Amino acid sequence: MAVSITDHAPGTADAGAELPATTLREMFRCMVLARALDERMWLLNRAGKAPFVISCQGHEAAQVGAAFALTRGKDVTLPYYRGLATVLVMGMTPEEVMLALFARATDPNSGGRQMPAHYSSRRLKIITQSSPVGTQIPHAAGVGLAEKIKGGDAVVWTSFGEGTTSQGDFHEGINLAAVHRLPVIFQCENNEYAISVPQHQQMAVRSVADRGPAYGIPGISVDGTDVLAVYEVTRRAVERARRGDGPTLIEARVVRLTAHSSDDNDRTYRSPRELQSTRRSDPIARFAAYLHEHDLLSEAEERELRAQVAAEVDAATEAAERAPLPEPESLLNHVYAQS
Amino acid sequence: MPQLGESVTEGTIGRWLKRPGEPVAKYEPLLEVVTDKVDTEVPAPIAGTLLEILVPEGETVRVGTVIARVGEHDERAEREGHERAEREGHERAGAAAPAPATRADGSRNTYMSPVVARLVAEHGLDLAAIPGTGQGGRVTKQDVLRYIEARPAIEPAPETAHAVAEATPGLGATPGGTEASPPAPPPIPDDAEIVPLSPMRRAIAEHMARSVRTAPHVTTVMEVDLGRVLAHREASRAAFERQGVRLTLTPYFVQAAAVALGQVPVLNGSFTEEGIVLNRRIHIGVAVALDEGLLVPVVRDADEKNLLGLARAVNDLAARARSRRLRPDETQGGTFTITNHGVSGSLFATPIINQPQAAILGIGAIVKRPIVISQDGIDAIAIRPLAYLSLTFDHRIADGATADGFLAAVKQALEGYA
Amino acid sequence: MPEINLLEAIRQAIDEMMAQDERIFVFGEDVGRRGGVFRVTEGLIDKYGPMRIIDSPLAESVIVGACVGAAMNDTRPIAEIQFADFIAPAFNQIVQEAARIHYRSNGDWTVPMVIRAPWGGGIHGALYHSQSIEATFAHVPGLKVVAPATPYDAKGLLKSAIEDPNPVLFLEHKKTYRLIKGQVPEHDYRVPIGPADIKRPGEDLSVFAYGLMLHYCLEAAQALAAEGVSVEVVDLRTLRPLDVATIIGSVRRTSKALIVHEDNLTGGFGGEVAALIAEHAFEQLDAPVLRIGGPDVPAMPFAKPLEDAFMPSPQKIAAAMRRLAAY
Repeated sequence: MAVSITDHAPGTADAGAELPATTLREMFRCMVLARALDERMWLLNRAGKAPFVISCQGHEAAQVGAAFALTRGKDVTLPYYRGLATVLVMGMTPEEVMLALFARATDPNSGGRQMPAHYSSRRLKIITQSSPVGTQIPHAAGVGLAEKIKGGDAVVWTSFGEGTTSQGDFHEGINLAAVHRLPVIFQCENNEYAISVPQHQQMAVRSVADRGPAYGIPGISVDGTDVLAVYEVTRRAVERARRGDGPTLIEARVVRLTAHSSDDNDRTYRSPRELQSTRRSDPIARFAAYLHEHDLLSEAEERELRAQVAAEVDAATEAAERAPLPEPESLLNHVYAQS
Repeated sequence: MPQLGESVTEGTIGRWLKRPGEPVAKYEPLLEVVTDKVDTEVPAPIAGTLLEILVPEGETVRVGTVIARVGEHDERAEREGHERAEREGHERAGAAAPAPATRADGSRNTYMSPVVARLVAEHGLDLAAIPGTGQGGRVTKQDVLRYIEARPAIEPAPETAHAVAEATPGLGATPGGTEASPPAPPPIPDDAEIVPLSPMRRAIAEHMARSVRTAPHVTTVMEVDLGRVLAHREASRAAFERQGVRLTLTPYFVQAAAVALGQVPVLNGSFTEEGIVLNRRIHIGVAVALDEGLLVPVVRDADEKNLLGLARAVNDLAARARSRRLRPDETQGGTFTITNHGVSGSLFATPIINQPQAAILGIGAIVKRPIVISQDGIDAIAIRPLAYLSLTFDHRIADGATADGFLAAVKQALEGYA
Repeated sequence: MPEINLLEAIRQAIDEMMAQDERIFVFGEDVGRRGGVFRVTEGLIDKYGPMRIIDSPLAESVIVGACVGAAMNDTRPIAEIQFADFIAPAFNQIVQEAARIHYRSNGDWTVPMVIRAPWGGGIHGALYHSQSIEATFAHVPGLKVVAPATPYDAKGLLKSAIEDPNPVLFLEHKKTYRLIKGQVPEHDYRVPIGPADIKRPGEDLSVFAYGLMLHYCLEAAQALAAEGVSVEVVDLRTLRPLDVATIIGSVRRTSKALIVHEDNLTGGFGGEVAALIAEHAFEQLDAPVLRIGGPDVPAMPFAKPLEDAFMPSPQKIAAAMRRLAAY
């Protein structure tokens, strides 16, 4: 405990050997699906059909790798607004994602009440998120506290950006989880920007993981564009949490391949060279190369997989567009829960 | 209005001879008055300007009523009054009542508060005739009420829906007598005993009579099979006991009525001249029989409670009704009433509506009866626990089909209970 | 029925509910071995252990925020904010999270939790141990706000709050903790959240109050009775959802209304009550609606003359009642 293993994070090779090929292909499919949905949402935004999009592009490996280490239907997730790939792995369908984009009545996240990317599903144990950042971190600690009180063995996983680590709720939530050794995994997806503010104006430490030891818990920094490395780090954190040894802080170093949101223009604060270089760190290209290299996926198989995903995205878009909007009268529903 | 003759109590304004703003000399004819005894000109008692005519031509007022003001046309007095009022107020932010102007000429404050204006209009009163005891002689609500009470009863004042609603304590319906108007009191035989009316008996009498006078009552009846409700109660009784709640059938009826009121909201309403008031919240009164009468405590927001919540509320209210520990507000504000007259063996009844509500649901005794049931095209005779439900409703608010729709919804909720 | 003080009533409610329902736990500063700075949870740690009577870190946002999370994981948290004055760091968690979660998830998630907070002045607590916070939070749909004044109501309302599927801010006036005693039945009972209670029926004017001010109003009403003025005193008890029907019903009978709270007047809860009366009972009014509240200064000072000048007193309330009666 209390060690930063920033420089000793496991690499792709450690995990890749252990996972069956079908699982690796499924991980890849989830990453491709997240990307395809995300790109479709931008198209819909630019076509005037979706008022707001916020992206997961560049974070797919960090999210898919982590979510594959969790148990669906048992473990609880509190993903932040970039968590599209997280929720897809945890069981949300592309159509459900699109229903939220179009603010449809049948959107399971919020019935069209919240902006898109504010994920929620009680069925999938994805806890509802708001827009002020970091509020989910105390919630995650509380979910873990309840789990400990109940004597359950579910693990709680929450995600946030590096900008959020400046919030008081980041400190208060991790500290509580550490004090009571709660089964919580805190994943910081560090893409080096909080909208336009770079990391060096957000914190004086080199890595968010450096903060783990200050709370008396492990802080691990991992290459977040390496899906198998993130899987391995998270798998160990899950084991530790289930054993009752307490929380882990994981920093997944990722790239942000888009502007902050559809209302942002990152060319005003990122150089063309930088924008170019982030493209070279695309986690999907990286994982595709790995799969080809190890004969786990042929070029033809990849083409077929991408065609299937494209058809899935088309179907989801059409179904969601056809779905009804909320009735104005429903505005007053669910202010209070009835006993 | 001067007294023109000894026995004269009132006079009618014939004609005003001066208009407001005109100067008038002392003893100059000011108006013509018509009374039972004399028609005469009335002279001005002082010199000055006719400032204000308070009673128009053709109107009859009691002797002593201020009918006009004559005085110096002087704004100074009014201004002083305002300044004094301001000095009196605002000792602490917000906690001071702005005092209405008191006139320096000794005349009293004629400001009418909203409620006084309404009462004066409703009862056709002359403000000037009412002695005022408020600030600057202002006529207060209490002054008006005292005045109305003291006035010889010529005709009953019209009642408004509000007045009825306010005056209705939690006294509800009882099955039986529906005479439209109170009969002339019969002579009391010499050998009869007179039982004095308790306050509760008197209130019940008054409210029953008023309800029948107010609303045209119509009753519709349906038969309901309570087999599933009884089975559910049997199955749930122990679990409720464990939570300290005795499970009776009443909560089921309250629940069914709440569901049906949701579907037929007009029966959760009240009739007023301005229109039918639809109550958004469903507060169901449950009649509780006592030795000395009847109380109707109210289960508030009945549609928002589950069976456990309803059972708890019904038991608590009934127990406290019996021990006379209900708070006054717990018998008020009902929007619908249920009377379970079946507990005393009555099969069906035509209860009286608890004003200002729209309807009352009567629950008859549950009796096992043979009935013909049809299943898959085959008729068979079965023994089922049945009860008659009666709905007595205000025909001003709803018609038979609406009432039947409500009763059918109650029946469906009970027969389909799961 | 035994007579107990308000603090004991609250402890009994927590104790009896925890004995029945293993999902309930208490989370707050010093609630464990110390039993809370007011001793509300005294002895409970011995009965329920440190996993259900939990001393939290000194951080209000996570006290509420963790309870929000725990409530969504099938437990029934009771958060304690040591003084209502310290609730500000938890504002985001209460208003943006607890109160909005059911609505923003379209009814999917619920947050059944209670936030207990000792509030109010008159105890030499100065600026940061005397505040009234009800107006700020009663503004928030999705949150319920309860402010009992008697031991009977406190116990019955707290049990209802613990059972309620919504977040409930439960305000305990700290001066009433030991000052106010009353009879509380030994059997299990509830006081529902919502209905107001007419604590003293009267004819001539209606007074609306809650918490300590209710008792000051009852005292003033007693004084006015000797002068022949019959004052109706209504205990609002629940500020959200507010019992509009009882408020309007009372004013329709008496035609005069006074609202009393110790919070400062501007934007205070009395303004809402006054507005409702103006909207729904205008034609029944026989006098302007009056309010008594603290002055618009940032908070209650420490020195006794300053504190006394801030607090509404039975004498000040009686004076306002007289003005209203004479109008």
